[in-house]
Amino acid sequence: MNVNSTRYIVECRDLSRELLSEPRRFLVKDINFSVEPAEVLGVIGPSGAGKSSLLRLINRLDEPTEGTVLFHGQDYRTIETASLRRSIGMVMQRAYLFPGTVAENLAFGPRQQGRTLSNREIDSLLAEVGLAGYATRDALTLSGGEAQRVAITRALANEPEVLLLDEPTSALDEASRGSVEQLLERLIRDRHLTCIWVTHSLEQARTMADRILVLDGGRIKAIGPAEEVLPRA
Amino acid sequence: MLEHYFPNQLERGAVQCLIAALVTLAVILLARRRAPGLLKEISFAEVRGLLQIFAVGAILAALLRGPAWTSIFVLAGMIFAAASIVRKRAKKIPRAFVLALIAIGTGAGTILTVMTVTGVIPLKILTLVPVGSMVIANTMNTQSIFLDRFRGEVAAHVGEIESALALGASPEIAVDRYLRTAFRSSLIPAVDNIRSLGIVWIPGIMAGMVLSGASPLYAALYQFVVLTTIFSSSALACFIASHLVARRIFSGYGQLLLRA
Repeated sequence: MNVNSTRYIVECRDLSRELLSEPRRFLVKDINFSVEPAEVLGVIGPSGAGKSSLLRLINRLDEPTEGTVLFHGQDYRTIETASLRRSIGMVMQRAYLFPGTVAENLAFGPRQQGRTLSNREIDSLLAEVGLAGYATRDALTLSGGEAQRVAITRALANEPEVLLLDEPTSALDEASRGSVEQLLERLIRDRHLTCIWVTHSLEQARTMADRILVLDGGRIKAIGPAEEVLPRA
Repeated sequence: MLEHYFPNQLERGAVQCLIAALVTLAVILLARRRAPGLLKEISFAEVRGLLQIFAVGAILAALLRGPAWTSIFVLAGMIFAAASIVRKRAKKIPRAFVLALIAIGTGAGTILTVMTVTGVIPLKILTLVPVGSMVIANTMNTQSIFLDRFRGEVAAHVGEIESALALGASPEIAVDRYLRTAFRSSLIPAVDNIRSLGIVWIPGIMAGMVLSGASPLYAALYQFVVLTTIFSSSALACFIASHLVARRIFSGYGQLLLRA
């Protein structure tokens, strides 16, 4: 991949997506921001603000109607889509595990690049997320919290340079939510992950994010450090 | 009894059709509470079906005087009609008519050609057209089930498909599981037809052959030939469609376009 000299890993430039079916409306409009390596950008905003739409555009699951995203300074429309998505991983609100074992789920991403995950690598990944011994478990029989841990590990198995987190704990019960959030916080800290983390929790955004982006009605309302953007706790 | 009152075959046929239609209407009237709209639908369907099959009979009668190769045009017309019917069942799949036309045309066309060249289906209008129409009609049904089931599977698994895409999978890999499910489901009727042959049903073509003087044993064997030909054609058409349909529901950048 051609890597241009820029200190930013992801830059959104005038990024917009308009629904072209009636009634026409913008899901996100004129989004501009940049993310540095190992930075955690928290994205907050009311329901329908365009948070998930923004992450889908960055992962190129949807196509911008205007603007683009630069990855290492390169327009992402010039990068092969599958390769881009491997570099910019995404964890969704629900785990959406594939039928099969936990190990098969973890091996899915690397296999798309022709790489086979060894049993040792799988065991090591599972131990890191507190699921040691789960490799041969049927993925579809896991609890919500366990499944989301597997989904996070599945995304990490691809060794992405950027991780997009789309409210990964919003579909979990209270008990699981806390432990998965702690896991994510630990992984981000230990692995120095670059993250764009959509969250509904102001407290989580305040503690985890280096900067916070506030979305409302598809537009950026504010962006900056928590102490500038968020009301004092 | 009817033969006595209607010695003319055509007149007798018209009366037989009328009785069969009246019996159907009586059954639907009996069950009208269960399916209020069915009476109107079946009435239209019966009139339409009768006109269509009568037209086919007239065309066959005309063709009988011509050379055998003219049956290719009849079969090609049937393939067009079949693709148009499949398109109605698969409205949400982009360019479904062309997809079905290629799949049914190639599937049924290839298998019928093989069977004709090897002499399994005699190159006679009276055989090629009826057997060909059975093959095309059944391939059409399988194709409708395949596309409808595939659309349903995709709509029910958008999250899983986009998760696979987000992990760097190609669109073909992301929907592979759902293509396999649809493929298998669509062929269940064709498999069951072969499995239940002679036990649950004795199809019309066998009865027709016996009535026209063939030995019952040969008619039975030939029925097996027809049903396995139908299966081969259906499976080949679905196989072709499975390669074409995956590309149609994604954008050029691997974005899923088909939603619920």
